[in-house]
Amino acid sequence: METIESLKKRVQDLEAKLAEASKTITPQQMREKIGQMSSEVVDSNPYSRLMALKRMGIVDNYERIRDFTVAVVGVGGVGSVTAEMLTRCGIGKLLMFDYDKVELANMNRLFYQPHQAGLSKVEAAERTLREINPDVEFEVHNYNITTMENFQHFMKRISEGGLTGGPVDLVLSCVDNFEARMAINTACNEMGQTWIESGVSENAVSGHIQLIIPGETSCFACAPPLVVATNTDEKTLKREGVCAASLPTTMAVVAGFLVQNTLKYLLGFGQVTHYLGYNALQDFFPTMAMKPNPQCDENHCLRRQKLYKEQEAARPKEVVVEKKEEIIVHEENDWGIELMSETTEDELKAAEGEVPVLTEGVTVAYTKPEPPAQIQDEEISSTTEQSLEELMKQMKGL
Amino acid sequence: MVDEATKRTLAQIPLHKTKAGPRDGELWVQRLKEEYQTLIKYVQNNKEADNDWFRLESNTEGTRWFGKCWYIHELLKYQFDIEFDIPVTYPTTAPEIAIPELDGKTAKMYRGGKICLTDHFKPLWARNVPKFGIGHAMALGLGPWLAVEIPDLIQKGVISHAERAMNGAEDT
Ligand SMILES: [Zn+2]
Repeated sequence: METIESLKKRVQDLEAKLAEASKTITPQQMREKIGQMSSEVVDSNPYSRLMALKRMGIVDNYERIRDFTVAVVGVGGVGSVTAEMLTRCGIGKLLMFDYDKVELANMNRLFYQPHQAGLSKVEAAERTLREINPDVEFEVHNYNITTMENFQHFMKRISEGGLTGGPVDLVLSCVDNFEARMAINTACNEMGQTWIESGVSENAVSGHIQLIIPGETSCFACAPPLVVATNTDEKTLKREGVCAASLPTTMAVVAGFLVQNTLKYLLGFGQVTHYLGYNALQDFFPTMAMKPNPQCDENHCLRRQKLYKEQEAARPKEVVVEKKEEIIVHEENDWGIELMSETTEDELKAAEGEVPVLTEGVTVAYTKPEPPAQIQDEEISSTTEQSLEELMKQMKGL
Repeated sequence: MVDEATKRTLAQIPLHKTKAGPRDGELWVQRLKEEYQTLIKYVQNNKEADNDWFRLESNTEGTRWFGKCWYIHELLKYQFDIEFDIPVTYPTTAPEIAIPELDGKTAKMYRGGKICLTDHFKPLWARNVPKFGIGHAMALGLGPWLAVEIPDLIQKGVISHAERAMNGAEDT
């Protein structure tokens, strides 16, 4: 006969097991891996509606999706939804990079669930996505790509993380800050890696995606950051007490644009858009193509531009079927510059840098004058006699 | 916007010449020397002006920085640990200064306690690459942030002097 104590203990154990089981699905519930994508329309085939794209004449060979590897950098509001869409589409391999943890403050966005709070975003994402589609291969890295030690590793995984050990097919930037975008830009320029940049504004009512083929299209450093003008009174957008707002809607729209363009790029259907903006207040969607800036700050961008020109020159002339309107960056023009509020006269003058020619509804976050504004003339003497160690010691002794 | 006081402070911080980041080998060492010279000058200026408000040091590679900053409010001193990494794209992109102990206590922070910068910071930084360095990021980013946020956090009761003192706020 069992004692009350042992029964209590058993109840406790079972409760713990139940709690654990409700978090993960049992192996029985997890479907078997599928060797070959089938077009058969049965309710057990997760790919039937995707394979129907072939029958409808939209995509020639949908199964090829399984040969591709995509790296998603940043799995927050845009990146997690992007990763889920690619997983459901049956992408071959997905690499995910992020150093953040799931927080309850993220619950206004899609994908993550309250019980995942405290888990690293990449770990939580991998668990969920593996359950959705076990055919996808996952590789996740929980770190900040902008620091020295991680950046080297990041570059290595982009160049060797593909399904066959080669470079990934496409990098998708879903990060939320300038520093990380510049780090991705640097890496992709160096490796000649095609990527798509995406972003949602801090006021949550605009967003964009931009395809970057190093040397062929404008890189992220070719022009100051572009912003989709929402024609809101800057004064009403004062960021009193908050850094950023976010909406699940805007993020999902941008993730949708990003993955749509990704599918078109990988599977070769439709037209791949170079730049697509989203102004949520007016429901306006500016698009344009952008050539690289011959005066770009990034040396590797210039090197890629040279390479691209040589390749183009060596290529046999094709019959131009459709001439795309090209927009050239870096032409002098005084098209409506959107200046920051509360700038002084001097700053206004200093801001008269070159503005790229952009499509209506897109502008630059700021301009960079050439040469840069001088605050003062006193520059540091870089020919100090002191060694770095001595300087470090002096600093410590202050 | 950049107020007059900040502008005056900025004008006293020496500018940098070498455009190099942590991936640039010997050039980075050169840049790092410039950074230290600048910071030494800046701290000395602050001391002379009776406005000493931070200390910084780095690892030997100069890629990771840490130190303390303090803010005087109603004659009481509030001290905080600060830290940041030098991004691989430095000095094109500025370092993101963080006060981890205030993470989650104010909306004017990004994850990890990175301080939220005003709209003018990034354009001004971008226009002054490679002349601006760590000292400028402190003067233009952290200084104004503390001046606005700390009194507010004290007033809201989010931080108290007793707690600061216990954390060693009195010894500098
Ligand atoms: Zn470029």
